[in-house]
Amino acid sequence: MSEPNLTDTERAGQRTSTRHGLGARKKARIDSLAEAGALSEEEGVSLWRSAWRRLRRDPVFLVGLGITTVFVIIAIIAPWITPHDPSARLLIDQVTPATPIPEPQPGFPLGGDNAGRDLLSRLIAGSRQTLIVGVLATLGGLLGGMILGTIAGGIGGAADTAVMRVVDVMLSIPSLLMAFSIAALFASPSQWTVILAIAIIQVPIFARLLRGSMMAQRHSDHVLAARALGVRRPAIVFRHMLPNSIGPVIVQGTLVLAVSIIDAAALSFLGLGNPNDAIPEWGQMLGKAQVFFNTYPHIAVYPALCIIVVALGFTLMGESLREALDPKSRR
Amino acid sequence: MLKFIIRRVLQAVLALFVLSVLLFAWLRSLPGGVVSALLGERGTPETAAQLRAQLGLDDPIFVQYWRFLQRAIQGDFGVSNGVYRGEPALDVFIQRFPATLELSIFAIALALLLAIPLGYIAARRRGGPLDTGSVIFSLVGVAVPVFFLAYVLKYIFAVKLGWLPPSGRQTVGINATHITNMYVLDGLITREWDAAWDAFKHLILPTIALASIPFAIIFRITRAAVIDVMDEDYVRTARAKGLHSRTIRVRHVMRNALIPVVTIVGLQIGALLAGAVLTEKVFVFQGIGQALAIGFELRDYPVLQVLIMMAALIYIIVNLLVDIAYAVIDPRVRTT
Repeated sequence: MSEPNLTDTERAGQRTSTRHGLGARKKARIDSLAEAGALSEEEGVSLWRSAWRRLRRDPVFLVGLGITTVFVIIAIIAPWITPHDPSARLLIDQVTPATPIPEPQPGFPLGGDNAGRDLLSRLIAGSRQTLIVGVLATLGGLLGGMILGTIAGGIGGAADTAVMRVVDVMLSIPSLLMAFSIAALFASPSQWTVILAIAIIQVPIFARLLRGSMMAQRHSDHVLAARALGVRRPAIVFRHMLPNSIGPVIVQGTLVLAVSIIDAAALSFLGLGNPNDAIPEWGQMLGKAQVFFNTYPHIAVYPALCIIVVALGFTLMGESLREALDPKSRR
Repeated sequence: MLKFIIRRVLQAVLALFVLSVLLFAWLRSLPGGVVSALLGERGTPETAAQLRAQLGLDDPIFVQYWRFLQRAIQGDFGVSNGVYRGEPALDVFIQRFPATLELSIFAIALALLLAIPLGYIAARRRGGPLDTGSVIFSLVGVAVPVFFLAYVLKYIFAVKLGWLPPSGRQTVGINATHITNMYVLDGLITREWDAAWDAFKHLILPTIALASIPFAIIFRITRAAVIDVMDEDYVRTARAKGLHSRTIRVRHVMRNALIPVVTIVGLQIGALLAGAVLTEKVFVFQGIGQALAIGFELRDYPVLQVLIMMAALIYIIVNLLVDIAYAVIDPRVRTT
């Protein structure tokens, strides 16, 4: 029935025919994902097992999984596999006003950067910081969203209305523009201000997702059973509802990770990123390489390619996970 | 219908209110406090005291917020302390907005012209190489940072090949009269064809870079919508009636498939504004995006304040109009 290759955006686009309002599509997209987690119990196999059954044979997922696995492994073992110290200015003698970027040479296959540091080593070492920025921004957004979503979906009533109104307005502001504005608040930008700015723009998305997922579970059998047994509300929310929302959260988290890495690069590009480059990060390397783009494009192209491949890996994985977990596209 | 419009307008008003509170909170949390942030390096103890009194920073917070609203409605956002030193911040927006408007119109037009036919063809040949190829292409498009794409285009077509100008909006010193500040339009109005052509050439690369954002999404929406509509009963009925296949394509499939596309275009305005910040910076294209980029770099808060507010305002109003237009096209929307 339903088209297996549909993604969130597309499905949400179709749904807007029945929903409207500020940012209708953004909301519909999040809501359809929220519903996905709640509707699985009737089937004989568990949600995750049936999802895995589909994913195992899905080339899109496998490519995404492959890319992200390699990326995470490199990020973990980075300090042991860099050919040189990424912050040592080994080629500094070759940096002159006429040749600001050292050429590739034996032992330095990609050459150096404008401070005479080995580009390859910085790319390898940068994977770790890039992963940290992406993961922390995503976790920060998730934490904020979980607090708001739990208040809205768990308590309901006036708290729900108040929280969701604010969340909907936040969704209606162009998110990257909001990230720029938040980052501009800090007199001295650092890695933390980048993470904070990106985390905040993810909060409304996770909040709506978790709230939707809880609303969908409100009348499901396991919640009714717990309530009938006299389990108190906080316990129901935290032990019964939240754990069942994990599926959509993982899907959204994977997609947000990709966006976070790209957004971090955009912040660095505008000079709102971390100015201290002792610990390399791809977005920062790309942002700082902009001055050399017309003369030495390669020092921008390498970090950019890393970002594109990793962002694509997380996106492919997230999109195929979403399809596999969506009850509507199953059968 | 009227009820729907009223409710939708009220929603937009609420969004504007929350937005104004957020902007007010943003101003108050600027580094070094409002006064030093707004005055920049020009601040002397006297001017600081004057601004303090003018802003009434010692009054209760609600009074301050009320004054902030009044000033905003009167268009008084203070004076730039960045590159436009001394100019009223609102003027920076007014002078530069036509450039971004022109660029955005070109970008949306290009994205629609490419994405809708491609989405349709991909849907008709679902699963074929063209379909798979364009779906992968659109996923890769999402993963490429916009400013990087802009630099690559600039490097290839302006720096290496020299086919197109690398930066700016018009060749300096060209004989051009500016009426609307949308240079291509100005050239057409005044019949200065050279000036119009020159401005158009300056627009090509920024347009392609900026169009990459809405292109990927419009393509995917169109493809999904066409696939969906082709399964509908009314299309089968039309086919069974023996209607000409072109009639079915135009009247039954495309007309219905384009409904979701309309909403997407409205929502893409927000992404375009953020994309314009990055694209205009790369091409030194003097629109509000570049002004924002410079503002962020130099921490020119008066200018940032007005530009962020106007950007969000435009976004909210465009989406209000799109939603109303949408309700006119599709009566089902009104009932919810």
